[in-house]
Amino acid sequence: MKIATLAPAPMPTLSHRASRWFARNLIRIYAALAFIYLFIPVAYTFAFSFNDAGKSNLIWKGFTLDNWKNPCGAPEVCSALGNSLKIGLISTILATILGTMIAFALGRYRFKGRSVINLLIFLPMATPEVVLGASLLAMFLNFRINPGMTTIIIAHVMFCISFVVVTVKARIASLDPRLEQAAMDLYANERETFRYITLPLVMPGIAGAALLSFSLSFDDFIITNFNSGTVATFPKFVYVSAARGIPAQANVIGSSMFFIALFIVVAGQIISRRRKAR
Amino acid sequence: MAFLHATAHASAPAIDNAEKKRSLTPYLLLLPGLVWLIGFFVLPIATLASTSTMTRPEGAAVGTYVQSLRFQNYLDAFSANKDQFFRSFIYAGIATLLALAIAYPLAYMIAFKAGKMRSFLLVLVVAPFFTSFLLRTVAWTQILGDEGPVVSFLKALPFFSNDIRLTSTPFAVVSGLTYNFLPFMTLPLYASLERIDPRTLEAAGDLYANGLTTFRRVTVPLSMPGVVAGTLLTFIPAAGDYVNAYLLGNPNTRMIGNVIDSRFFAIVDYPTAAALSFTLMAAILVLVTLYIRKSGTDELV
Repeated sequence: MKIATLAPAPMPTLSHRASRWFARNLIRIYAALAFIYLFIPVAYTFAFSFNDAGKSNLIWKGFTLDNWKNPCGAPEVCSALGNSLKIGLISTILATILGTMIAFALGRYRFKGRSVINLLIFLPMATPEVVLGASLLAMFLNFRINPGMTTIIIAHVMFCISFVVVTVKARIASLDPRLEQAAMDLYANERETFRYITLPLVMPGIAGAALLSFSLSFDDFIITNFNSGTVATFPKFVYVSAARGIPAQANVIGSSMFFIALFIVVAGQIISRRRKAR
Repeated sequence: MAFLHATAHASAPAIDNAEKKRSLTPYLLLLPGLVWLIGFFVLPIATLASTSTMTRPEGAAVGTYVQSLRFQNYLDAFSANKDQFFRSFIYAGIATLLALAIAYPLAYMIAFKAGKMRSFLLVLVVAPFFTSFLLRTVAWTQILGDEGPVVSFLKALPFFSNDIRLTSTPFAVVSGLTYNFLPFMTLPLYASLERIDPRTLEAAGDLYANGLTTFRRVTVPLSMPGVVAGTLLTFIPAAGDYVNAYLLGNPNTRMIGNVIDSRFFAIVDYPTAAALSFTLMAAILVLVTLYIRKSGTDELV
C-alpha cells in the first residue's frame, strides 16, 4: 500500500479528488444532515416568532418585532407559562432532594432489599407516559381528589425522581473513594467529610439532575394532560390551540426557552472546563 | 439522558464500613422518596388494575363504576382496539429503527471524529429539546402541511400528483415519532461508543481486519449496551405516545395512546381505559425483558 503512494501517481482528476473527499467525509456529511433535521423545526419556530400573523400563525404574512415586544399579547399564553414555570420549579426542588437522598443511600450504604428498590426506580422510566398519567388519574378519581396544580406537581415529582437517582448515583459511583479516605485520615469526621469533600464533588451531578428534572417537567404534556383538570400549562396550551393555529407569542416563548437553556448549558460547560484547566 | 451516565458507571462500590452496615441512615435516606414512589406510582398502578375489572351498574350515572372482577373487560378492550395496538407497536418499531439508522452514524461521528467539538456537538444534540416538544411537533405539521414548503415543492415536480399530502398520513406520524425521540437514541449510543478504547480498533487493524470487519466485529458489539438503552428509550415512549398521531395523523393512524386518552376523557369509560393501559404496560415490560435477556445487557439502572 505504502509503495503505491510513493510511486509517482498520475495526477488525480478533479472529480476523482472530489469523490475521495466525499468518501472520507461521508460520515461528517451524514451527521451534518442529521443536525439539520434536528434543527429544522427549531428554526421554523424561531422564524415564525417574527411573523406578523394576527391570530393564527399558519402562513408567513410579514416581518414584525411586535410578538417579541409583547410576549404576553395573546390571551392565556403567559398564565400558562407562569404555571409551567411554577410547577417546574417546585417539582424540581422536591424531586432533586428526594432523588439525591435515594442516590446516596444506594451509592454509599449496604442494606437489604436493594434490588427491589432498583426495580422501583427503574419501572417509572420504563412505563409509557399514558399509563403513568392514566393510573394517577384513576387513583385521584377514586379518592375523589380534584385534579389541579397539586396533582400536577405530585405527578411531576414522581417521574422526575428516577431520573435524579440515576444521574446522581452515577456521579457518586465515579468519585474516587481515596479522596474521602484522605479526608478521614486528616481527622475530618464523617459529617465534615460529607460537607467539605463528598457533597461538593457530587454537586455537578445534582445540578445536572435538577436541570434535567426541570426540562422534563416543563416539557411534559401527556401525564400533565391527564392530571391537570382545568389548569393550563404551556405544552397544554400549545396542544389545545394547535387546531386553530398557535399564536406567534408561543413561538417567542419557545424560542426564548431555547436560547436561555442553551446559554445555561454552554456557560456551565465553559465554567467546568476552566476549573479543570486550573 | 440519565442512561448516559447510568451505563457509564455500572455498579457503585458501596463503602464497606462495619459500623455503616447496620446503621439506620440508609433507610432514613430512602424513606421519603420511596414513600412518594409507592404512593404515586405503585398505588396508582394498583388502582388501575382494580379499575380495569370494574363495570358500570345498570342506570348508574356516567363515570360511576363498581368492582365486579370482570376480566372479560380485557378481552373486550383488546379485541375492540387491536388495530390501534398493533399500529402502536409497528409505528414505534419503525421509528426506533429509523432513529437508530440516523443516530448511530451521528453518535459515531461525535465520538470518534469530532475532536474538540465533541461537547459542543453533544449540546447541539440535546438543544432541540429546549424548544417545547409540542411546539416542534406543531412546527412539523406546518412544514409538512398542505400549504407548507415541502408539499409546494413536491407539487412543482412533474412526478407527483397535485393532491399529494404529507400530513394526516402514517408517514408523517412515524417521522414525527422518529424526530421526537432521536436524542434519546443518540445519547446512550454516544456514551457507549465514547468508552471504546481506540486501541481495540487498532488491534483489529493489526490483525488484518479491514474497516468494515473492524466495525462489524469490534465496534458494534462493544456499542451494544448503548444500542439496547437507546432503542428502549425510543421505543417505550414512542409506543405510548399520542401527540404525534393526533397532530400529524388522521383517524386511521390512531395509536393506543389516543384510544386511552379518549376513553378517559371523551367517553368516560374508565375500565376500558385502565384495561388498555394495563395491557400496554404488560406488553412493553414483556418485550423489554425479552429484549434485555436476548441482548445480554442487564446493567440499565
